[in-house]
Order: sequence, then structure tokens, then C-alpha cells
Amino acid sequence: MSVNKEFVKFENVDKSYDGKVLVVKDLQLDIAEGEFITMLGPSGSGKTTCLMMLAGFETPTNGEIYLGGKAISSIPPHKRGIGMVFQNYALFPHMTVYENLAFPLRVRKIPKDEADKKIDKALSMVSLQGFAARMPGQLSGGQQQRVAVARSLVFDPQLVLMDEPLGALDKNLRESMQYEIKHIHESIGVTVVYVTHDQSEALTMSNRIAVFNDGKVQQLSSPDELYEKPVNSFVAEFIGENNTFTGEVSEISNGKCKVKLANAEIMANPISVKSKGERTKVSLRPERALINPKDKMDNLHNGKIEEVIYHGDHTRVRINLLGNPEFILKVPNSSANLDIKLGNEIKIGWNSEDARALDPK
Amino acid sequence: MSSETKQILTTDGIPLEVSLKKAERKNKIKAFLLVAPLLFFLIITYVFPIGDMLFRSVDDKMVTQMLPKTFKAMENWDGQDLPDEEVFAAFHEDFIKLVEDKREGKLSTQLNYTKNGFKSIIKKLRRASKKFEEGNYKEQIMAVHKRWADVEYWRAIQRRAPEFTGQKYLKGMDMYVNEEGKIVSVEEDRRIHRVLWLRTLEIAFFVTVFCFLMAYPIAHLLATLPMKYSNLLMICVLLPFWTSLLVRTASWMILLQQQGIVNDFFVGIGLVADDNRPEMMYNKTGSYVAMTQILLPFMVLPLYSVMKTISPSLMRAGKSLGGTPFVAFWKVYFPLTIPGIGAGCLLVFILAIGYYITPALVGGASGTLISNQIAFHMKSTLDWSFASAMGLMLLSGVLVIYWLYNKIVGIDNIKLG
Repeated sequence: MSVNKEFVKFENVDKSYDGKVLVVKDLQLDIAEGEFITMLGPSGSGKTTCLMMLAGFETPTNGEIYLGGKAISSIPPHKRGIGMVFQNYALFPHMTVYENLAFPLRVRKIPKDEADKKIDKALSMVSLQGFAARMPGQLSGGQQQRVAVARSLVFDPQLVLMDEPLGALDKNLRESMQYEIKHIHESIGVTVVYVTHDQSEALTMSNRIAVFNDGKVQQLSSPDELYEKPVNSFVAEFIGENNTFTGEVSEISNGKCKVKLANAEIMANPISVKSKGERTKVSLRPERALINPKDKMDNLHNGKIEEVIYHGDHTRVRINLLGNPEFILKVPNSSANLDIKLGNEIKIGWNSEDARALDPK
Repeated sequence: MSSETKQILTTDGIPLEVSLKKAERKNKIKAFLLVAPLLFFLIITYVFPIGDMLFRSVDDKMVTQMLPKTFKAMENWDGQDLPDEEVFAAFHEDFIKLVEDKREGKLSTQLNYTKNGFKSIIKKLRRASKKFEEGNYKEQIMAVHKRWADVEYWRAIQRRAPEFTGQKYLKGMDMYVNEEGKIVSVEEDRRIHRVLWLRTLEIAFFVTVFCFLMAYPIAHLLATLPMKYSNLLMICVLLPFWTSLLVRTASWMILLQQQGIVNDFFVGIGLVADDNRPEMMYNKTGSYVAMTQILLPFMVLPLYSVMKTISPSLMRAGKSLGGTPFVAFWKVYFPLTIPGIGAGCLLVFILAIGYYITPALVGGASGTLISNQIAFHMKSTLDWSFASAMGLMLLSGVLVIYWLYNKIVGIDNIKLG
């Protein structure tokens, strides 16, 4: 059985609320069946608008959305059969947990005994058996969230949309819910479109992540690729921590380039630059730079330690390096007695392929 | 005993409860002093008048005090045959005293309430009593007029003996105590109060329904529109609040009268013939229209305040789960607005059953309410005790409605703002 690669398809979708500003610009996006895809981006980047268009609460200004091969722009929300989890749970406060879950089954006229089975199954899936008679107000935030997830799945939709469902929970609960949702997705194989502005949430849960900015998908790829190989400086800066050097390409050959900074030159991996003389922003992950490297590295420079912050499992070191006073290093807490003290001069090295020369923006 | 064994002590050995009370006392006094002016105000303007009203409505001391000896003598009378000489003598003694104080007219008015025909025979008795000889008052009084020899009239006097009476309440329901002491209704063509009560309930009910039907969409619009427009709409809703009630009622008179703007418009579009303009004022229609308009904000505001708290994502959730817009509204949105509906309906209904000015001005004969009758007795007949009795009946009606509401919907389930 082949998986439908275009289970959900956004085709040239534009969206404007006021006729002046495009919130979503010419969106192209294919979502495969069974995939967990996350729309990630800062607020105002158009990700929630995309989700609302998919759910049917907003209509595309231009373009078409396909679900399972069918254009859905003219189908009202209640006929789309898409499950949805809302930011503030949106549980019906005047109904018990059971009635909340029974709502989608009742409107579908599913017989009571069958509905009861489905409700039991959905509640056990989120480990809330025995809570059926409670009112939502008697549940904690995490429990309400689980009910909301169970309710969105109880009528066996093929597609579930989640709009920042964990935003209101505290950190620990959020993390455990992330795993729970991920496991539910894996066990029932439903397609999930998840919206968040929390990058660690996106990295933890998704098969693929679409990074939104300015109404456009900046990059659509798996979490590791997104982190390791950002294609532009927005993604590089938005996902994870990032050290940057701004300069000009002075030489380019054999998949390597030389970038001239204000008072030094570094080796980098040309991603968005093609020719000599282009402006560029070089992006380097903090954990890719080492102090006093033993192996030979093609970048080796001296820097002065400006600040040392203890973080438990690692120590963050801020270094003034090559005219960048905000250069951050992460040193694992294992470890060799490196001479990390405020004011010390140290040697820092990294490989040129980890230093990605991106657009200058 | 168990509480003593479980008593928790503070570190100083004082019982915790005592210590807590001591610590809280200052705050309690402060809080009390803050509300004291209001409490005082309420007692003066609310508790005291209502208490006075209650007292007035059942107070019947006037006659009791005017004929003290008579009633004392009547204690031994079985009420079957005419009373004996002792009662007549006592009555004569009381009566002479009243004549000296020139209060016999009041007595005749009071007794006339109980039974028609006392006015003239008391007048006659006053004239005749000047020539009465000592002794055998029974014969002399009975000789003044044949009604004085009628046992019915003596029974009527006896009925006024108690200091308190529920008569006014019976009268408010078109009932009275007849000669045999039974509670009966007055003849059909003399019943006015029952019609008024029923009409009051009817008008209040329909005004509430109309207000609800009109306010629900307005409140929904107010709660969902963007701030820019909802503020403007809110001002439109509140504008009537800032206009004098009389002005608004008067403007309805201009609109609704037979040569008024609404009728002109109907004639203009050919809905009615010029010589057959419908009467929209000085009847129930007038009361309905004007009261609905005036009471509308009292429905809109509680509804709005409840709807404002309902997250729009709930309706979306209802739809995304497969409910049609109507199902989502009926199963999700509507039940959540019930506290507002309850508050609004209760408020409008209670205000409507006590409404006075508007029905008095535009209601005409068929559109007046019980409150107009109360005002009539306050100002025209000066029968304050009857007015008080009806006022209290109205008040207890409101309390009954409140109680019913509490039973059916639950008073916790109400939200006024």
C-alpha cells in the first residue's frame, strides 16, 4: 500500500485579511498521509492562518487546498471531518468529559454502544479512564489537554490539527505531553498538522517541520536537517542557538570559501553564496566550535573569555572572537580541566563545513 | 468534647480560633464601618418602609380603638341574636365619646367599608343620641333606624374588633369575608384586581419574551464584533439609559398615536387605509412596544457580559467536531448563555411587573398594570393600607418568581455582569 504523498496539498495559497497585506504568500505545501508535520514560526508568520484555512474557519484569498485529492475550499468546516485541538482546549464547559467526547459521535449519529466503545478507547489512549463523569472545570490543565486530544481523535478523523495545544502548560507537563502526543500519533498513524512557536517542541515531535516567516515557508525538512543544515539565516537563527559572522566572500572553490571579516579571514561552507564579492552571514552552531581542539581544524582563532555561565549539564562561555563579542560556546560538564576562567585567552577551532555561509539578510 | 481534645494552640498557648478572631477583629470592624453608611441608608429607605407597609396593610386598630368598651362587651355575645343591653350601653358610651371628639364620621367611613349602609344610620344616631335618656339604650338605639335592630349590622361591627386584618389582601384578589365569615369572591362584574394581576403577568411575560428575542442577537453581535464597532453599538444600546424615561415614553406617544409617524408610514406604503388607522396606543400594544424598548438594555447587558466570556473557539470546536452551525449553536453556545438569559429575563420580568409610568402614559385603559392601581389608591382614594397590601402582594409575587427560578435554574447560575 503506497502512502499518499499529497494527502494535504496547499497550492498557490494566498491569504489577506484586509486586502492590503498578504499574511500567507503563495504557499506550496504537501503533507503525506500519516505524517506529523509542524508549522513553526514567530507570531504573525502566518502559520495559524494556514491551519485555520485547512480547518475551514478562514477561506484562502487565492489558490486551493486539497484534502485526499479533493478541493475543500467550498466545504464548510463541519463536513471536512478534521479533528482539531485548540490553543485553550475549547472543551465544552457545560458538558462532562463523556459528553464532550460523545459530541462528535452524536452528530454523526453513531449508535450509543459503539460510541461508548470509542469513547472508552479514546480515554484509555490518553490514560484518563475513570474521568468520564468529571466536568472540565474539575480537571487540571494537563488533563483538560488530554481530553481535548481524545475528543479530536474519538471520531477517527484522518487528519488532526493542533493549534499550539501545549502553550498553556508548565514546562515539565509540556514535555511529557509532547511525548504522549508523539506516541499517540505513532500508534494510530493519523496525520497531524501541528502549529507551535516553540522550536524544541517542534524538534521533539515532528517528522517534518515547516518554518514559517513573513507568510512564507522558509524551509521544510526533517528536524535534524533543519538544525544541522539551515538553508537561510532566518532558519539558522530561529532554530537553536547560532553564532554569526558577517563578511564578504573573498575566494570560492571546491565547496569551500574564504570569508573576509573586518580584521580576519575564516573558512566556510558556501550554501547561498556563489561568487566572489558577495556579502554573507556565516552561521556556526555553538557546539561545533571546540576549545583547544586536538584534531586538525581549518579554522583556529584566539578569543578572550568575557563571561562564564554555569548551566548544570553544561557551561556556556561567551567569548570575544574575531570582533564578535557575542560568540557563544557550550562546554559539556564532563570534562577535561579546560582553563575556562574569565579574562583568559583561549584557542577556538571549527571545521569549515560546519560554518555555513548563508544569505546576508 | 472531641473539639476540645483536637483544639489547636498557638505557640503562646492561646487557642488558634481565639487568636485568629482577635487578629481578624480589626479588619472586621473596618469592613463594617465601610458598609455602615450603606446599611444605615438601606434600613432607612428600604427595610423600614417595607416594614411600615406590611404593618399598614394589616393594621385595623382604628375601629378597635374607637369602640373599646363595645368590643369588650361583645366578647360575651354569641352573634346569633341581637346583642343585649350591656353591648348597647357600651356602644352608646363609646359613641358619645366619639361625638365629643367629632370622630364619629371616621367611624361611619370605616364601618361602611365593612358593610354598606352605616353612614346614614350613624348620622341619624348622632342626632338622636343628644335626646337619649339614661338607661335602656337597646330600645332607644333600635328606635333610631331599623338597621340598628338588624343583627347583620352588629355582626359587621363585631368583625372590626381584631386589631389586625387580612381583608385588604382579600380585596386585592377580589375576595371578601361575607356575613357568615366565609371567604368568597365578589360578583363577576365587580372583579377588577384579578384582571389586573393577570394582565400584569401577561404583559410582563410578553415584554420579557420580546426583549429576549431582540436582545439575544444584539448581545451576540456586541460580543463578537471588533472593538471599534462594538463600542459604537454599545453606545446605541446605552443611549436610552441616558435619556429621561418620560422623554422616551413621550416620544413613543408621538410615534404611535393615530396621526403619528408610524401610522403615517403604514398609510404611506399602503399597508393600512387612511380612514382605518390602527390604534397602537392607549391599549396593550402601546404598553408592549414602549416597555420592550425601555427594558431592552436590561436584557442586553447581562447577555453581553456572559457572551463576552464565551471563547469563540468553542463554536469552532463544535463545528470542527462535525456539528452543523445550528447544532454548534444550540448544543454549545446557547447552554453557555443560560446564566445571562436567566439574569436578563429575571431582571426584565421583575422590572416589568412593577412598571408604572410608561403604562400609565401609553397603556390607556386596557394597558395599565397593577402598579397603576396601587398608585391610584395611594393618590386618589387615599386607602394606603390597601395600596400597601397590593404592594406587598406584588413584592411576594416577585419573591415567588425568584424562588421558582432558584428551584428550576439555580440562583448560582445567574450572571448579572
